Amino acid sequence: MLNIKNLHAAVEGNAILKGINLNVKAGEVHAIMGPNGSGKSSLASVLAGREAYEVTEGSVEFEGKDLLDMSPEVRAREGLFLAFQYPVEIPGVSNINFLKTAVNEIRAYHGQPPMQAKAFLDMLKSKQKLMEFDANLMNRSLNEGFSGGEKKRNDIFQMAMLEPKLAIMDETDSGLDIDALRIVSAGVNKLRSKDNAFVIITHYQRLLEYIVPDFVHVLYNGRIVKSGTKELALELEEKGYDWLKEDIRLEEPVQ
Amino acid sequence: MTTITNNTTSLYDSLPAQFSTLANGAQFPEARKAAFAQFQALGGFPTVKTEDWKYTNVIPFFRNLQTLELPQPIAISAEELEATELLLPDTYRIVLLNGELQPQLSDLPPAKQATVLKLSEAGNEPAFTAHFNKSKKLNEHHFAQLNTAFFTNGLFIEVKAKAQLEKPIHIIHLYHNTSSLLLNPRHLWIAQEGAAVQIIESAAGIGQAGAIVVNSVIEAVTAERAQMSHYQLQTGGNQLRFINQTLVQQLGKSLYNNYTFTLSESELVRNNLNISLDDERTETHLYGFYIATGNQLVDNHTSVDHRMPNCESNELYRGVLMDKATGVFNGKIYVHEDAQKTNAFQQNNNLVISPEANIYTKPQLEIFADDVKCSHGTTIGQVSDDALFYLKARGIGDAQARSMLVKAFAFDITAQVKIPAVRKQVEQIATRYLSAAVNN
Repeated sequence: MLNIKNLHAAVEGNAILKGINLNVKAGEVHAIMGPNGSGKSSLASVLAGREAYEVTEGSVEFEGKDLLDMSPEVRAREGLFLAFQYPVEIPGVSNINFLKTAVNEIRAYHGQPPMQAKAFLDMLKSKQKLMEFDANLMNRSLNEGFSGGEKKRNDIFQMAMLEPKLAIMDETDSGLDIDALRIVSAGVNKLRSKDNAFVIITHYQRLLEYIVPDFVHVLYNGRIVKSGTKELALELEEKGYDWLKEDIRLEEPVQ
Repeated sequence: MTTITNNTTSLYDSLPAQFSTLANGAQFPEARKAAFAQFQALGGFPTVKTEDWKYTNVIPFFRNLQTLELPQPIAISAEELEATELLLPDTYRIVLLNGELQPQLSDLPPAKQATVLKLSEAGNEPAFTAHFNKSKKLNEHHFAQLNTAFFTNGLFIEVKAKAQLEKPIHIIHLYHNTSSLLLNPRHLWIAQEGAAVQIIESAAGIGQAGAIVVNSVIEAVTAERAQMSHYQLQTGGNQLRFINQTLVQQLGKSLYNNYTFTLSESELVRNNLNISLDDERTETHLYGFYIATGNQLVDNHTSVDHRMPNCESNELYRGVLMDKATGVFNGKIYVHEDAQKTNAFQQNNNLVISPEANIYTKPQLEIFADDVKCSHGTTIGQVSDDALFYLKARGIGDAQARSMLVKAFAFDITAQVKIPAVRKQVEQIATRYLSAAVNN
């Protein structure tokens, strides 16, 4: 589904990603961990198409298409979803109108007619139930005055509505209390299927207790330096990242 | 017909001849004469060298004007009125054609609550005598003086003491011409003691041939404890140009709310909104929202004169500038020496979306009292990149996302509109206008 080859990216001339290789297949959940400043969020931003990031080398294929060639909205319409680390507040844009617009723009892209009001409301209700999302938040402005947990839940709720093929979750666990964390992870687990995939970017192992990944990768200094199964996350939790840094230093050729 | 031609003779030079012809036999000769003299004393039309008109060059808009004389009135059908798409439900409707009341298309409020007359028929009303042409600052306005000298007709509204009008009064200004025209409508609106009224204005051209510059003057008075909400929905095609003077006088404990929405295709809109707080414990709220596209010039000059103690004024204007449009905002709060305990707030925010658009904004605060609370501020910026990216990351296209964010920016203003049908109409017009502009 997602095939990242030798991806290099820079922000304002500073190299951030330095050769990432990653292959994600339908039905898989990949966790990407790593210390602060290693490039985790940058990877999410590059995949979603944030303008500030300049891809300097490498390729990303999404369902056989060149992802880097698409605008952010086309990436979303093709089925890529980014759950934001910091969802923005947009006063004056109603949550429900925003969702309806998004759903219908995606449908239009695939040559489908706009969703009828009733069908949309039915879908809204069933997903609200599934995601334990407070219906009162729907009529408010997008994320305005939401708590951190409510914002994250809103993002996951949007994911449920838009039914992406690939969801990239950028430190969705940051700033969540234990209850919010449980609800958000339960939501993700309900959405998991053999047809979609998740890339979960996280700093801590805690989230992975709730969302069990198939693969865990460690990102350090702009590259994936270690990959493994969910046990790797436990090892990281126990030992921290410093032992990895030592290992890498030993492996790197002396210049 | 006397005409002002676009040849070597400037419009200004031809005005004295115009004046002697048109004012001959007209009502209120003394007022007209004094006003014309004052207009000349002010130097005639303001130029960019006049401080208040520094960024708004009106001269090109007068160059091709042919006449000050009204064309023969045309008959307007209910269907044509409907086709303007400006009608609002549950209102008293007043239709004016070139400033002239059209009773057959109007539905006036009950006479025991309000008197509505053509201005030309209001001369004997005591309220007319008490307030007509009495506004402070009339003398300072070039165009107000021009209006007084040349005004044709307009609307006299007197809401009687303690009358609470059930429905808003909706004034639809229709404009028609057979050749380019300078029109000077003149209005006087009074809310007597303890009265409450909502007035909505909108505008459309009908069968226009050439441009019309509408140079209007509204004098409005809110007597003690009166409440007036005034919605100016500035609509209409690009052949209509507007120079508006709205001069409001507030007496003790009165409330005046003004909502100015400039959502027209007009190339020139200049609003002079002057509020004079002439007594204690008055309250004033001014809200404005403007979108300018193409080569449009939208200029809002407001001034709030705090003359007496314990008054409160609150002003919030927001604008969106696109394409090669220019916006001007000048908001003056003047706190006179006697106006202790004044509470005045003013804010102007602008989104400048195109690299070729301009905004000139100048909040002005002059305070001569020592115990007051006043604040003002202005911002100029672009659509937030983070917000734009958030919407795009959900599949919403660039134009649609921008339009959503612009509407969100306007939301703080439209949310203040207390009449649901008006809010709906404003949002619809803004949306239509915006999507036309975005897709161009």
